Amino acid sequence: MGLYTIKLPDVGEGIAEAELGVWKVAIGDVVKEDDILTEMMTDKAAVEIPSSVSGRVVWLGCDAGDILSIGADLIRLEVEGVGNTGAEAASANVEPASKPDAKVATPELAQAAAASTPQPGLQLGDGKGLHEIKVPDVGEGIAEAELTGWSVAVGAEVQEDDIIAEVMTEKAAVEIPSDISGTVLYLGGAVGDTLAIGSTLMLLEVDGTGNTTVEVALQKMGSSVTSPAAAPAKSATAPVSKARPTAAAPRAESKSAAPASPYRRAEGEKPLTTPSVRKRAREMGVDLRLVSGSGPAGRITHEDLTHFHQSGGQSATGIAKRPRLTAETEEKVIGLRRKIAERMALSKSRIPHITIVEEIDVTDLEDLRSQLNKARAESRGKLTMLPFVIRAIVDAVAAQPNLNAHFEDDHSVLRKFQAVHVGIATQTPGGLIVPVVRHCEALSLWDSAAELGRLATAAKAGKAKAEDLSGSTITITSLGPLGALATTPIINYPEVAIVGINKMEVRPHWDGSGFVPRKKMNISCSFDHRVIDGWDAAVFVQKLKSLFEAPALLMLED
Amino acid sequence: MEELKCKLLVIGSGPGGYVCAIRAGQLGVDTIIVEAKAHGGTCLNVGCIPSKALIHAAEKFSHAIHFTSDNPLGISVQKPQIDLQKTVAWKDGIVARLNGGVGILLKRAGVRAIIGHARFRDGKSVFVKTDMGEQLIHAEKIVIATGSVPFEIPSLPFGGDVISSTGALALTAVPKQLIVVGGGYIGLEIGTAMAKLGANVTVVEFAARILPQYDTDLTKPVADRLAALGVTVMLNAKAEGLNAAKDALRVTLEGGEKTELPFDKVLVAVGRKARTQDCGLDELALKMNGTFIQIDNRCQTSMRDVFAIGDVTGEPMLAHRAIAQGEMTAEIVAGGPQAWDKQCIPAVCFTDPEIVTAGLGPDEARALGHDIVTPGFTPEEELVLNREIVIGKFPFTANGRAMTMESESGFIRVVARASDHVILGIQATGGGISELAATFALAIEMGARLEDIAGTIHAHPTQSEGLQEAALKALGHAIHI
Repeated sequence: MGLYTIKLPDVGEGIAEAELGVWKVAIGDVVKEDDILTEMMTDKAAVEIPSSVSGRVVWLGCDAGDILSIGADLIRLEVEGVGNTGAEAASANVEPASKPDAKVATPELAQAAAASTPQPGLQLGDGKGLHEIKVPDVGEGIAEAELTGWSVAVGAEVQEDDIIAEVMTEKAAVEIPSDISGTVLYLGGAVGDTLAIGSTLMLLEVDGTGNTTVEVALQKMGSSVTSPAAAPAKSATAPVSKARPTAAAPRAESKSAAPASPYRRAEGEKPLTTPSVRKRAREMGVDLRLVSGSGPAGRITHEDLTHFHQSGGQSATGIAKRPRLTAETEEKVIGLRRKIAERMALSKSRIPHITIVEEIDVTDLEDLRSQLNKARAESRGKLTMLPFVIRAIVDAVAAQPNLNAHFEDDHSVLRKFQAVHVGIATQTPGGLIVPVVRHCEALSLWDSAAELGRLATAAKAGKAKAEDLSGSTITITSLGPLGALATTPIINYPEVAIVGINKMEVRPHWDGSGFVPRKKMNISCSFDHRVIDGWDAAVFVQKLKSLFEAPALLMLED
Repeated sequence: MEELKCKLLVIGSGPGGYVCAIRAGQLGVDTIIVEAKAHGGTCLNVGCIPSKALIHAAEKFSHAIHFTSDNPLGISVQKPQIDLQKTVAWKDGIVARLNGGVGILLKRAGVRAIIGHARFRDGKSVFVKTDMGEQLIHAEKIVIATGSVPFEIPSLPFGGDVISSTGALALTAVPKQLIVVGGGYIGLEIGTAMAKLGANVTVVEFAARILPQYDTDLTKPVADRLAALGVTVMLNAKAEGLNAAKDALRVTLEGGEKTELPFDKVLVAVGRKARTQDCGLDELALKMNGTFIQIDNRCQTSMRDVFAIGDVTGEPMLAHRAIAQGEMTAEIVAGGPQAWDKQCIPAVCFTDPEIVTAGLGPDEARALGHDIVTPGFTPEEELVLNREIVIGKFPFTANGRAMTMESESGFIRVVARASDHVILGIQATGGGISELAATFALAIEMGARLEDIAGTIHAHPTQSEGLQEAALKALGHAIHI
């Protein structure tokens, strides 16, 4: 007969612990190999745990609902043959639920205690009595039992119902509780001893008279104990209470933790594995150099590969890596997005763009704008920068009509317009659209501000009408506060120019004697270089700059 | 001119090419294979297979000769004779059978096979000159598997009595005086066979020892056997060319002394070179690696959709390497993710005794050794990274089966990393050892450790027990030595 321990198996989902379900067996049950013992709940599923051997259940590692580490002892069976567990190892963590103070007492301690007290020091305090706990009859006509573990040591305080020892019969391991509270004076044997049923298991000092006397107890222990009270109980127990907890705790720890130590491959060393794993890795698209192997010498097993793959590149040995994300999604480019794509491609493929970036001092413009807003916001509405830009463009193209034009390149016609219909590139939830402020040449600043507001609302709500979205002759693009230092705007084909507004910020300005803070803003303007020469482009940009920097010019007619 | 179209065109039907074509056919790739001569390439027609047939016949004959004198087996034989013409016919029969077999396999895989000489027009099309005229084949992907040809010494061109290995395998009479220029495995395999058949063989080797790619431990039994067979081995000797009468070979010996060796035949076996000359490869301007076509780990050349496999891609020029490349390339052509990830390419030398190598030899392993240790790791890690090696060697003198076969020369040697006992290489020499090549390669390919080999039951009585013993030896507890 031997003891066989079944540990909580790794179900391969990379979990470290699992919740136990209902036990399908109880202590004393006979189970056959492959019988279901219990089930464990992982994050993903309830997994049934079968028995790997046949035998009789002698110990259960926890109660239903408990959380148990992978690899922790789950159940112990008495099996034919030697089993896989020594009785001492088994007793080491026999009672996971026992109280901390009881845990300190280990088999070794108990042994040591037993050895150091060959003669029980049965000196009782005032008003105390001696209480004997006998090896109980654990049933089925058994005459003796093997002591497999002490839960307490001499000197320990024991409460009623505390587990004090575990004995093993031919059929089962049985925990023996104390039937009384008291202080342990004597242990009836060392771990591994065989004790007769009814013999003294433990003597306790208890309140009251107890159930036996020193004389009786000594007599019962036989002639080997002749001199009572030779060593005072307290002094005998002193080393015990000081002794460090050994064996049991560390051993149990190493059992439950057991992490596979990450295996380090030398730089450039090929991963050790088998051809079938290599092939599968290729098919999965996994780079085996990133997978750590749990096998001997760090060999990568199929399980390692599966784990690595399923965890999105997390190595089996728990070295955290930023996971590689491999999912791809396909999105059909349709509707407005496809339209934008076509328009952009058309413009970029047909028009040789020339882009000019210029810095503009808008301090004065901003001052003017804020004054106007202060004075007239309530009556005429608030002005943003855009109406000024529109006005500047209107003024600039009046002098350079070539820029307010469509180049119908299929027919080699440059169609110039007197009307200035300014497209405003606008971001909407559906994508970029270009509502058009029509006849800007005829609009005051506030008129265009109002029109801009109407168009923006309509565009963002998706209610812009077709005529609101077509017919522009020149376009403004602005990313607002995100507007960056410079951009390379793409011309709204078949127009020939686009004005990009960049972010405004306070920058140091050299005024001839020192730096002064000025509000500055870049504009990035692109032109169709087929019909607009660099000179004309530069003149246009300088015109805009002069208008922005001397905003009074913008206000001449207003 | 008829034009054909296909997804994959394989040029050359050697072991690499035909395997590639068959595998591609299995994968449903529309495949054409073009072969100038006969299916099977060098290996099947003028290499591995016919040479092994000749070696086998020579071995049998040499046994018979051995039995004419007093021998421990107590067998006596009267005056054995060999009719080499008949031997060659038998050998040709085997070759023909295998030729036909390859043809049938190709057909069964749905591969169109065309006999003709292929020449590139461009990276997507190839002219094939057939008996019926010229044919143009357009292919999406092309695999160049044109193989190799014997290297020719300029001062000793092939022709007349100066023969290549191909010529040697077609000899119908045993030459009285055979000079073998080149002490590599081809020269020694054929030279040994001819010596066993009764030729007076002299080996002229430029290097300081025979089989220079192997360590002396491995080659010593071969050198001993050559001496026992009466083969003269001249080391550090340079073949300069024929004399004026063309009946003797001018040789410069070590130290500059010149001599002339009379001969009936001169076998020049000084290596092989890629066959790239006559197939219009210039049209492609592929990146070369010396005289070989440069490939990456997916057998891709520098031109997209043009692959190269086998000898034309360089050393090691071994049929089984070409086979593995061919299979892989077919799968890549069919869209697979494969790439070359073999751990070892075993090599067999059919000398007497045979030599097998797989993975790293002790010297190569040592060369990769100490400098790999990276400082700054904990002692445990350093132990893992340390590439100290352990070597276990088991001689066949201690192997029962070897004794019963009168084949006690040689040994099996296992080279493993000291830290974790992963086997880095296995080498062996001995009679019939070639059949263990697969075991050696398997151990390395599977990442076996010494304990894996030691823990595997090796059937008794076999020579293979030597492998288990060598592993045990490396672990420090061999039983039989």
